[in-house]
Amino acid sequence: MTKEQRLKKRYRAEKRFKMYGLISVSLAVIFVLILVQNIFSKGSSAFSRTMIEVEVNYDSSLLELDSPINQNSLKDADFYDLAVESLLKIYPAKDSKEERQILRLFSPDYEFEIKDFLIKNPNKIDQVVPVKITASDDIDQLNKGNFPRDLPEDRRRVSNYQLNIYDNLVEKEKINKKFNNYLFTKGDSRDPELAGIGGSLMGSFFTIIICLVLSFPIAIMASIYLEEFAPKNKITDFIEININNLAAVPSIVYGLLGLGILLSVMEFPRSTPLVAGITLSLMTLPRIIIPCRASLKAVPPSIREAALSVGASKFQTVFHHVVPLAMPGTLSGTIIGLAQALGETAPLILIGMVAFVVDIPSSPVDPSASLPVQVYLWSEQAERGFVEKTSATIMMLLGFLIVMNFIAVYLRQKFEKKWN
Amino acid sequence: MNSLIAGVILILCLSSYFFGRSEARKLVTQNIKLKALPAYYGYYLSLWCGLPALIIFGCWSLFEPAIIKVLILNNFPQIESKDLFYEQTLSFFNGNFSGEITNEIKAASIKYSSINIIAQNSKIVIIAAALIGSLTFAYRKIQKNNKARDDVEIILKVLLFTSSLVAILTTVGIIVSLLFESLKFFSTINIFEFIFGTSWSPQRAFVRDASAITPEELLELQDAFGSVPLFAGTAFIALIAMCVAVPIGLFSGIYLAEYASTKVRKYSKPIIEILAGIPTVVYGFFAALTVGPFFRTLGESLGLTVSSESALAAGLIMGVMIIPYISSLSDDVINSVPQSLREGSYAIGATKSETIKKVVIPAALPGIIGSILLAVSRAIGETMIVVMAAGLAANLTINPLESTTTITTQIVMILVGDQEFDSPKTQAAFALGLTLFIATLILNYIALRVVKKYREKYD
Repeated sequence: MTKEQRLKKRYRAEKRFKMYGLISVSLAVIFVLILVQNIFSKGSSAFSRTMIEVEVNYDSSLLELDSPINQNSLKDADFYDLAVESLLKIYPAKDSKEERQILRLFSPDYEFEIKDFLIKNPNKIDQVVPVKITASDDIDQLNKGNFPRDLPEDRRRVSNYQLNIYDNLVEKEKINKKFNNYLFTKGDSRDPELAGIGGSLMGSFFTIIICLVLSFPIAIMASIYLEEFAPKNKITDFIEININNLAAVPSIVYGLLGLGILLSVMEFPRSTPLVAGITLSLMTLPRIIIPCRASLKAVPPSIREAALSVGASKFQTVFHHVVPLAMPGTLSGTIIGLAQALGETAPLILIGMVAFVVDIPSSPVDPSASLPVQVYLWSEQAERGFVEKTSATIMMLLGFLIVMNFIAVYLRQKFEKKWN
Repeated sequence: MNSLIAGVILILCLSSYFFGRSEARKLVTQNIKLKALPAYYGYYLSLWCGLPALIIFGCWSLFEPAIIKVLILNNFPQIESKDLFYEQTLSFFNGNFSGEITNEIKAASIKYSSINIIAQNSKIVIIAAALIGSLTFAYRKIQKNNKARDDVEIILKVLLFTSSLVAILTTVGIIVSLLFESLKFFSTINIFEFIFGTSWSPQRAFVRDASAITPEELLELQDAFGSVPLFAGTAFIALIAMCVAVPIGLFSGIYLAEYASTKVRKYSKPIIEILAGIPTVVYGFFAALTVGPFFRTLGESLGLTVSSESALAAGLIMGVMIIPYISSLSDDVINSVPQSLREGSYAIGATKSETIKKVVIPAALPGIIGSILLAVSRAIGETMIVVMAAGLAANLTINPLESTTTITTQIVMILVGDQEFDSPKTQAAFALGLTLFIATLILNYIALRVVKKYREKYD
C-alpha cells in the first residue's frame, strides 16, 4: 500500500465515522417526528363528534306531565318513549330487530340529549323540532373514514341495514360534525363517544397542586439548609447520599411506598388525588432539591460577603439576597420536576387510581383518574373510538408538558443572572 | 371542623405577627433600645403561636382514627372480622349503610358517636390551651426585650433541618414498607425458592386462609414463586434496549460534542432531549398499538411467528426512550476531556476520528460506562412500556420474537385491582419491589462512584 492509498483509506474511515454520528442523531430526531406524527394523525379526529339530525316531536301527552310544565317537571319526566318514537322515524323498520339496530346508531345517551334540548328551549313543547343527537361510536368512526366498508358483513360492527340508513342520512345531509365538547366536559364512560377527559383533567390538576404545595417548600428549605447552613459532618453526608439515591429509585417503588404506608398503615382513601399527590411529592422532592441546590450554589460568594459585611445576619443574607437571586433557577427546576410528576403513571396505578370513575372529582379526596392513567386505561379498550380518544389525551398531556417546559426555559433565560 | 380549627390557628398567627410588631414599637416609644428589628418580635410571637398548636393538631388528626378504632374494637372482643365490622359501623354512623344491621353495629356506632364527641372537645381544649400557653410565654419574652432575631433564627434553622430530614424519612419509609411485607413473604416461601425457582405463576397462589396455610397449599405456593423467568425477562428486555440505545446514544453524543456546528447542536440537542421528557405511558401506547402490530405483520410476511407482545417491540421502544440519557451524559463527559489531549493527537498527524477513537474515548471511558450503567438501571426500573407492550406470561426464553415478562410488569399485574392485603401473592409484589430497589441501588452506586472518580481526574 502506498502512502497515498493509506491516506485515502484513513480519510474514508474519517468520513464513515462522521456519517455514523450523523445517522444516529438523525435516527433520534426522526423517531421524535414519527412519534408525534403518529399520535397527531390518530388523535386529531377525536376533537370532532358526529351528530345525526332527527326530527323530534315533543308531544306533551307522551311525557305524562301531570304538573304544569316548568324546568323541574321536565327534569323529572321520562323521555324514553318520546325519544324512541322520534328516532325510529328516521328509517322504516320491519321488525323489532331492525328497530334495535336503528337505536344503536345513536349513543346510549340520546334520551338525555333530547331532554336537555327541551329543558334549554321549553317553548318548543308540542312542536316538531330538528335536534342533533350524538351518533354511536361505530357511526362516528364510519363517518370519520376509520372504518373499512368493504369487509364482509359478519366481520363489521355495522350491519348492511345500518349502512343503508347511514348512506340515506348522508344523502339527506342529516349527518354532520361538530366540535367535541364532551371530550373535555365528561368523565370516563364505557361508550367511546361519551367518554371524556374532564375527570382525569381535574384529577391531574388536584394531584399536581398537592404535589406542588408539599414538595416545593420542603425542597427549597432542604436545599437552603444543605447549601447554606449544614455543617460538614456525617449527618449531612448521609442526607446527601439519600437524596442522590432517591432521585434514581424507579418510580414504581414509590408506588409500593404509597400502597404499603399511606394506604394500608395510615388508611388514606384509595384512588384519590390526595394520596397520588403525596406519593408523587415524595418522588419529586429529590428531583427538585438537586436543581435548587445547583442554583443556590451558582450565586457567587461575593453577594454573601457583601451582605455579611454590612451587618446582616446569616439568615438575612440568605433570605434577602441569595434566595431571591437563585429563584429563577429553583422555579424552573420545580416546574420541570412537576412536569415529570404529571406524566408519571406507574405509582398511580399501584395506589388504585385505575378505578373506573364516571363522576368528575370536585375535591382531592374524591376518587379520580389522572391523564396518564387515563391513557393506560383507554389503551386497554378494544373499540376503535378509544384509540383516537387515547391519542387526544396524549396530545393534551404533551401540550401541558411542552407549556411547562417552555415556562421553565423562559424563566431561566429571562431572569437568571449570569455571573462573570 | 378541622378546616375551621386550622383557619383559626392561621388567623391567630397572622394577627399575632402584627401584635408582636406593634408591641415592640411601643417598647421603642418607652425609650427602650430594642435588640432586634420590630418585625422580628412579630415573627417570634407568630411562630410561637402557630407551631405548637399546628404540631399538636397534625399529630392528633393523624392518630385519632386509629386510636378510636382500637378503643371501639376493645369493647367487642367476640367479633371475628374486625376491619369489616368497623367499616360497617362507620358507614352506619354516616347514614349510608345498606345491609343487615346487627345489635353490635348499633352499639358500636353509639359508642363511636360518644367517643367522637369526647375526642372533638378534648382536641379543641388542648389546642386552645397550647395556643394560650405558648402565646403568653412568647408575649412575656417580648416584654422583656429578648434577642428576638436569634431566637427566630434558631427556630427557622430547626425547621430547615427537619425538612432536609424528609429525604431520610422517605428512604426509611421505602425500606420499611418493602422489608416488612417481604419478610412476611419469605416466612411462607423459602428465599432460595424465590431467587432460584424457575416457574412463576402467582395465579396459582390461591390461599383459603392466610393465617393457616395447609401443607398442600404450601407446596403449591413454593412452586408458584420462582422468579428466575422474571429476572431473565427483565435482563433480556434491558439488553435489547441497550443494543438500541448505546450505539445511537453514544454516536449522537460524539457527533454533538465533536463534529456538530453550533447551529446543529442548538436545535438537535433539545429535540433529542424531548425523548427523555415524553411520559413513558406514551411510549407504551406507541409500542403496543403501532410497533407491536407492525412487527407482527412484518414477521408474518417473512414467515415468522411474532407475538404481538414481543420482547423486541418493548425493548426497542425502551431503547429509544433511553437514547437521550446516554447521549447527553456522554456529550458532557466528552466535552470535559481536556483540549490539550486532542491537540497532542492532532500534532502527531491523527485525523479527527482517530483522535476520538484512540484518545478522547479512552480518556472519557469511565464516564461513558457510568452513563451506561445509569441507563441500565433506568431500563430495569421502567414500568409502563413493559406493562403495555411486553407480555404477562413468564416464559424463560431468549427468542426476542416471543413474549417475556419483567419484574415491574408482574408488580403492576399483581397489585392492580382489589387485593386482600395479607395473601402471599400481594407480598410477592413487595418482595419483587425489594429486589428491584436493591438492584437499582447497586447500579446507581457503582455508576455514581465511577463518574465521580472520573470527574476528579480532570477537574
